[in-house]
This record gives sequence, structure tokens and C-alpha cells, in this order.
Amino acid sequence: MTNHTYTVVAESGIHARPATGLVQTASKFVSDIFMEYKGKKVNLKSILGVMSLGIGQGASISILAEGTDQQEALEAIETFLKTEGIIA
Amino acid sequence: MVESLKGIAASSGIAIGKAFLMTEPDLTVTKSTISNKEEEITRFHEAVNAAKIELQKIRDRAEIDLGSENAAIFDAHLLVLSDPELLGSVEGKISDESVNAESALQETADTLIVMFEQLDNEYMRERAADIRDVTKRVIAILLGIDIPNIGLIDEEVIIISKDLAPSDTAQLNRAFAKGFSTDMGGRTSHSAIMARSLEIPAVVGTKNATSAIKQGDLIIVDGDNGEVIINPSDDVIESYVGKRNEQEVEKKELSLLKNKQTITLDGIQVEVAANIGTPKDVESVLGNGGEGIGLYRTEFLYMERDSLPTEEEQFRAYKQVLEQMAEKPVVVRTLDIGGDKQLPYLNLPEEMNPFLGFRAIRLCLEEQTIFRTQLRALLRASKFGNLKIMFPMIATLEEFREAKKLLLEEKEKLQQEGALVSDQIEIGIMVEIPSTAILADQFAKEVDFFSIGTNDLIQYTMAADRMNESVAYLYQPYHPAILRLVKMVIDAAHANGKWTGMCGEMAGDSVAIPLLIGLGLDEFSMSAPSMLRARNQINQLTQIDMKQLAETALSMQTSEQVKQYVKENLKA
Repeated sequence: MTNHTYTVVAESGIHARPATGLVQTASKFVSDIFMEYKGKKVNLKSILGVMSLGIGQGASISILAEGTDQQEALEAIETFLKTEGIIA
Repeated sequence: MVESLKGIAASSGIAIGKAFLMTEPDLTVTKSTISNKEEEITRFHEAVNAAKIELQKIRDRAEIDLGSENAAIFDAHLLVLSDPELLGSVEGKISDESVNAESALQETADTLIVMFEQLDNEYMRERAADIRDVTKRVIAILLGIDIPNIGLIDEEVIIISKDLAPSDTAQLNRAFAKGFSTDMGGRTSHSAIMARSLEIPAVVGTKNATSAIKQGDLIIVDGDNGEVIINPSDDVIESYVGKRNEQEVEKKELSLLKNKQTITLDGIQVEVAANIGTPKDVESVLGNGGEGIGLYRTEFLYMERDSLPTEEEQFRAYKQVLEQMAEKPVVVRTLDIGGDKQLPYLNLPEEMNPFLGFRAIRLCLEEQTIFRTQLRALLRASKFGNLKIMFPMIATLEEFREAKKLLLEEKEKLQQEGALVSDQIEIGIMVEIPSTAILADQFAKEVDFFSIGTNDLIQYTMAADRMNESVAYLYQPYHPAILRLVKMVIDAAHANGKWTGMCGEMAGDSVAIPLLIGLGLDEFSMSAPSMLRARNQINQLTQIDMKQLAETALSMQTSEQVKQYVKENLKA
């Protein structure tokens, strides 16, 4: 298993549009992928899960991946978060 | 018997066609026990897949008509239908409790909706509506009920509904939606404004169109007289077809004025300009012979999305409008949010009196990051055309000075960064608040121009909420009190060598135009389709006579007197 922690810098946090992209990115991989925020862990392939966290600016989030392509998954997600300006 | 409904004439023209009724179908779910769990799970998946196909169609059309930014919300809806948690939970319910798919889905969705509604972030709470929307589609399929969908219409129809949300009107396909009529709304409600910019005949505020009209009834929408006729006789249809043809002839004649100036018989030249909301509207401005843009409402850049537009996005939009308008003036109004236009993602507190509250420039001076981003985008775009900037809802001189100061600060910063900024940008204000109209002589010393926003000026002067139908009778543009305020503003501007425009509904009104010419208004900004008719009218007026007319009107007692007086004079 591999994981990474980030701080959300985007003014409006993880709203519907970035959440959509995040889930679409995660769904490309076979690994189980989760996001953790304030002790709550959700399936990153679930749009409802991601949105239910209500992640705002300044939040500290962790992404966890476990499976055969866990490394690639984590990298792809990090790239996505950066291009969308969600993390610095 | 022929039945007809009276409503508010929201968008002119005549439309004849079959009714497409947008009613809320009854989607009540009854819980029942099923025997074959696997079959039920398959039935659920089939319904989900059918819903996905519908949504994909809506998404694709939205992308073509509105761009990928606006289509993104449907991507989120599609993902909800693939959500492993949601699907898993419904499947679990079906197999553990042996219940039917619709009740399993309803219960799962209800739990999720409650959870979202309890989140402490207003934007996230609103996502509950997305879940409701998506679930509704699947449940309707499971129950075998058709949900009317405006985006999927593929024959010529008249749309009949309670009200039309911005997302509904956004999906309207002009090739098929020939006209519409709603139970709710007034002349300045969102649906009415959209109808005018799409040039679709519309009658709003009929109160009972959805109950009086049945699916497939033959309907005539008379957008000039605010009438909706249900199942008319052949004679009536014939006379309306005749009227429609006459209108088309008039339209052709007016189109000859497209590249002409707007000038009175005694040689006073004025400008006829358009109000726009998005860069897409520029096409219609040029197509209707606009001499400029008198009001670019920038709020649409901020609406129907879930986060603030970036400086770059705004810059692109402003640049596009300025370039397409070439040397013609473009008056951009800075963000006017609050009142009836809310941005859920800003999480602003609810107010008792939003129209009297934290809106427009008041909000921008407080939320300076939002404001400065917009100013920078505007300044950067300024070198691509003839930009004028105006601030909305100015009540005091201090507000104007503060807003101008921020603008100059951003300009200096940009110049230091090496960006090119035009030195010819005029800076003006909207006159919507009576205090500003009354003190116009002082404002005129500092601003470059005024633009009178009549919808708000009338609402604030008459103390009548324009969203409240019970006090709609107080919306009186010809009231002598309003005319006197307009005169004060124009006179103050002229005394200081400045100009005055008007960008409310009144500027395109055939009764108001002669008065405004008489009062000396310099720029008339209106919905694009009204421009040629206004130019045609102005070109047949003599300003000296109109001065007389306006003077008499100013000394009258009621709005009704003024209206009668102008109408009688125009006939003679």
C-alpha cells in the first residue's frame, strides 16, 4: 500500500467539477483507492463519497492506493490535483 | 369553446404549435416484496443504463449549445449512476431485504440526501438536489413513466411549464421550441429575459397555463399582447398566421436600417446599443445593427458553475467581446451578484431583504480578491477594443472613489508587470439608487458617464420588490417621479460634458423613447432584437418637439396620464 498527504489550496475546495475528474482518474486503475479527510475514509471511485467529505480550502487530505497499479494510480491522481490547481 | 389565458407579454412575436407540457409526474414508489432477487437486480441495472443513455444525450447537447464548462454538471450526474457505493447499496438492499428496485433505490437515495443536507457547506448541501435529480430519472424508468425533458424535444412545440429554470432555458433548442408560456414569472424574470435574447415569443405569469392546457393541445402564444389561446378555431389560426406574416414583413423592412445611423429628423444623433450576457450574444448584436454594447452583464460568467471564474477565463471572454465589436463601445458592468442572483459557492448568508442587502459593489468592495481578479481581467482585455467599465449599485461617492482606486491600483500593478493597458478606458456608474440620481450633479464631476438602470431605479424609487407579483402594478416607468430623476441625471451629465445611457427595459419601450429623446438621453441600450424598431422610431422623431412633450409629461400627476398623453401625441 502507498499513500500521500496533501493540503488543498483551491479557494473553492473539491467541488463537483474537480470531484468528477478525480473519480474519473481513479476509476482508470484496478487498485483500491481511498481518500481520507478528518478521519473519514471514502472510496475515491465514488463521486458521492468524495463529495460527501465536503472538502474546503486548507483541508489536509490523504490518498491511499492498494493494488497492482498503486504507484501509477497515485501519480496520476497527484498530476490531476496539480493541473486542476487543487494542490500546490 | 376557445379558451384563452392572459399573462405578461415577455417576448414579442407569435408562435403557433402543439403544447409540450412540462409537468412533474407522480413518482411515488410503493414498497413490495419480490421473489426473484437476481431478476430484480438486473432490472435495476437496465434502468440505470437507460438513464445513463438519456443523460449522455443531454450532456452532449449541452456541450454543443453551452460549452463543456456547462456540460460538466452532467458528467457528475453520470458518475453518480456509476457510483460503486450507490449501486452496491441498492443491490445489497434488494438481495438482503427482497424489496423491489425502486424502493431500494429510493431508500438509499433518501439516506444520501439527508447526509448531504446535513453537511456544513452550503454548496455541498445543494448537491442533494443533484442526487434527487438523478434518482428521479432512474425511478421514472423503473416505473415506466416518461419525464418530460426539454433537451430531448425533437419536434416543433410550444413549451408550457410552471416556471423555467436557467438550466431549462439553457437547454432550449430554438429550432424546436417555437414559444413558451409559464404559470409564474414577470417581465424581468430570468425566463423572460432569456426568451427575449433567444427571440422566442413568450407569455409568462399566466397563473394556470399548466392546468388549463393539455399535452398536445394546439396553442397560439401572442407575445405582443400577453395572450395564450388554447385550441383556436381555423379562423383564429388564420388571422394569427396573417399577423405573423405581417411581422415578418416588418422585420424585413427594419433590417434595411441595420447599417444606418440613429438620428432624429432635426439631426440629433444618439446611440442604440444592446444588453448582453455572454460573448455568444455578440452575434445577435451585430446582426441587429447595434452601435455598441451598453451593458455587458458579467454575472453569467460566475453563474451555473461551482467555483469562481479565473482571471484567465474572464480575460478570454472580455477579449472576445471587445474584438468582435471592433471599435464600437462596450460598457462592461462589474459583478452584480446578490439580490435575485446568488452564487451558492460563495456561501453568503441568507438575508431578509436581498435587494437592499449585500450585493453588487457592496460585496465587491468587501470581497476584494474577487473584485480585483475581475478588474485585472478587464484591464488586460482593454487593449483589444473600446472598453468602458461601470460599477453597479453605487449609493455614495465614497463607494465610487474606492472602486476606482482599486481599479487604478490594479492598472498600475499590471503596467509594472509589463502588461499593456489602454489609457482610454472610461469609468462610469450605474444609476439605480435614488440617492445617486438626486446627487448626480456631484457624481458627474468625477465619473466619465452614467448608465441608468431603470428596473432597479423604479423598484427602489417606488419601494416595490420587482419579484413580488402583488406589487407589480407599481412598476411604472412613465411615472413623473421616475422621469424627473432621469432628467436630473441627464442634465447633470451634460452640464459636466459627460454622457448618459440607459440600460433597463425602459430604453427600448416605444412610449418611453420619445420622452427620453426629449430629455436628451445619449445612449439607449436594450435587448438586441428591440434595437432596429427603436432606431426606426427615433429616426422619425424631432427632438425639439420631444423636448416639449417631455416637459409637459414632467408636470403631470400619474403614470397613466403620461402614457395616454404620449400615445395621443404620437398618433397625431
